[in-house]
Amino acid sequence: MSTLTEAPPPLAPEAPEPKPPKRRGRFMPYWLLLPGILWLLVFFALPMIYQASTSVQTGSLEEGYKVTWHFATYWDALSAYWPQFVRSVLYAGTATILCLLLGYPLAYLIAFRAGRWRNLIMILVIAPFFTSFLIRTLAWKTILADGGPVVGALNTLHVLDVTSWLGWTAGDRVLATPLAVVCGLTYNFLPFMILPLYTSLERIDGRLHEAAGDLYARPSTTFRKVTFPLSMPGVVSGTLLTFIPAAGDYVNADLLGSTDTRMVGNVIQTQFLRVLDYPTAAALSFILMAAILLMVTLYIRRSGTEDLV
Amino acid sequence: MPFVNWFKRNLVVLAGLLTLGYLLLPNVVVTVFSFNKPKGRFNYEWQQFSLDAWKDPCGVSGLCGSLSLSLQIAFWATLGATLLGTLIAFALVRYRFRARGAVNSLIFLPMAMPEVVMAASLLTLFLNMGAQLGFWTILIAHIMFCLSFVVTAVKARVMSMDPKLEEAARDLYAGPFQTFVRVTLPIAAPGIAAGALLAFALSFDDFIITNFNAGSTVTFPMFVWGSAQRGTPVQINVIGTTMFVVAVLFVLVSMVAGNRRNRHKA
Repeated sequence: MSTLTEAPPPLAPEAPEPKPPKRRGRFMPYWLLLPGILWLLVFFALPMIYQASTSVQTGSLEEGYKVTWHFATYWDALSAYWPQFVRSVLYAGTATILCLLLGYPLAYLIAFRAGRWRNLIMILVIAPFFTSFLIRTLAWKTILADGGPVVGALNTLHVLDVTSWLGWTAGDRVLATPLAVVCGLTYNFLPFMILPLYTSLERIDGRLHEAAGDLYARPSTTFRKVTFPLSMPGVVSGTLLTFIPAAGDYVNADLLGSTDTRMVGNVIQTQFLRVLDYPTAAALSFILMAAILLMVTLYIRRSGTEDLV
Repeated sequence: MPFVNWFKRNLVVLAGLLTLGYLLLPNVVVTVFSFNKPKGRFNYEWQQFSLDAWKDPCGVSGLCGSLSLSLQIAFWATLGATLLGTLIAFALVRYRFRARGAVNSLIFLPMAMPEVVMAASLLTLFLNMGAQLGFWTILIAHIMFCLSFVVTAVKARVMSMDPKLEEAARDLYAGPFQTFVRVTLPIAAPGIAAGALLAFALSFDDFIITNFNAGSTVTFPMFVWGSAQRGTPVQINVIGTTMFVVAVLFVLVSMVAGNRRNRHKA
C-alpha cells in the first residue's frame, strides 16, 4: 500500500550496465520469472483463450458444447443486452467524473494543506480498504433508506424532484435507482482515484507554486496552469483505476439498484452462475474486455502518458 | 468580507474534508449498527441499543467458519503471490532479457482487466478441465490477481536501491548468497512487506472472482453476499468494525515503530 502513497523514489539509478555474461547467471532471470509467469500464463492468459473459444460454441449443458464458430452469439448477446452495456458505460463514467471531482480536493488537501494531519488523513483514506467492501456497501442501504434523514433532506430541498425529472431517481426513493448505484460506485472506487492523484500532486515542487505567485498568477491561474497540468499522470491513472473496475462491477447494481439498473456485470454473473448459458456469458465478457482494452489504449495514447504502463 | 476571504482560502480544505466524511460515513454506520437490536431479519433500521452481537460474535451459523476460511486463503495467497511476485520484480529490475515487454504487459494486464472478465474466463478454464471448485480454485485465482500488485510494489522499492551497497558487500568478500541475505533482502523488505499487505487485503476482501470460482465454498465476503439476500445478522457489523479498528491500529503501530527507528538512525 505504501508504495502508492509514499514519496516517489528518487530518480531510478541508470539502468544497471548489462553485466558481462557469466555462464552461471545467464539463465538467472528466466529462472526467477518462470514460476510467476507460468502462473499468469496458465491462470490468466490461457483462460482468455478458453473464454474466446467458449463464446463461439453451441450445444447444451447436457449434451456438451462444441466449437462451431457460431459468431451469431455475439450479435444475439449485443442485441439482447445493449441497454446493460450502455448503462455500464454511463454509470461507470459518471462515477469516475464524480470521483475526480470529490477526490481531487482531498488529494490536494493531503498533499499541500494537511501539515501534521497528513498521515492520519492518509490512514483514514486507506483504512476502509481493510473492512469488507460488501459490508460498507450494505451500509448505504441504511444511509439512503426510504424516509431516512438523507432522503428526507433531499426531499425538503426539492433535489429529488429534479433528479426524478432527469430519471435518476423514482418518486421519493433513492434506493433501487440509478442514483443509488452511481453513489455506491463512486464511494467504492474513490480511494483508487485519491491515491494516484496524491502521488502525482506530492511530486510537484513547491517552488513552482511560489514562482507562479511571484509572476503575479492568481491562485486559480496557478492551479490551472501549473498544478493541474503537472497532476495529469495522476488524473489519467486515477480515472483508469476507477472506470475499469466500475464498468465491470455488479455488486453495487445488485445491492443498491433494481432490475432496471442492471449493468453488464450483472448479466455476465447471472448467465454464468444461474442460467448456465456459457456461450452468451463468455461472449459478453469478451466484448466487455475488448471494449475496455480499446478504451484504455486510446485514452493512454491521447493523454500521452505511455510510461504509465 | 474577512469571512468570505477565509472561506475562499480554505475552500479546498472544506471540500476535502467533505469527501473524507463521505468516505468514512459507511464505516460509522457499520459501527453504530453493530450495537443495534433489529426487529426483523435485516439490520438496516435502528431499533434499540444492545450488546448482544458483541457478546456472541460467532452466534450465527457459518459466519466464523467463513471468516477463518477467508483468513486461511488470504494467508496462503499472500505467501504464494509475495514469493512469485518478488522473484519477478528482481528479474525485471536486475536483469536484461528478451521478451521484457511481453512480461511487462502480462504483469500489467490483470490490473487493467475488470474482475468479472478474469473471473468468468477462469471459470471456463476450470469447467473445461473438470476441476472441482472450492478451496484450491479460490487460492489459485487469488494468487493470480494478487501477483501483479506485489510485483509493482516490490519493483518500486528495488528500483530505488543503491547498487553500490551490494558492490560494497562483494568487495568485502561476501558471497552472492550472503550479499543477498544480509544486504539486498533487508533493503527490499519494506517493498515486499507493502506488497504482502496489499495482497492480503485484496485476497481477504475479494468477492467477484471468488463468487465465480468458489463452487459451494463460502468465504467471508460470500457469506455477507448471501446474507444480503437472506437477512443480515448484526454480527457482520461486529466483524466489520473489528476489522476497521485492527487495520487502523496496525497502521498506527507500524508508523510509530517506523518513526522510532528513524529517530534512532538520526
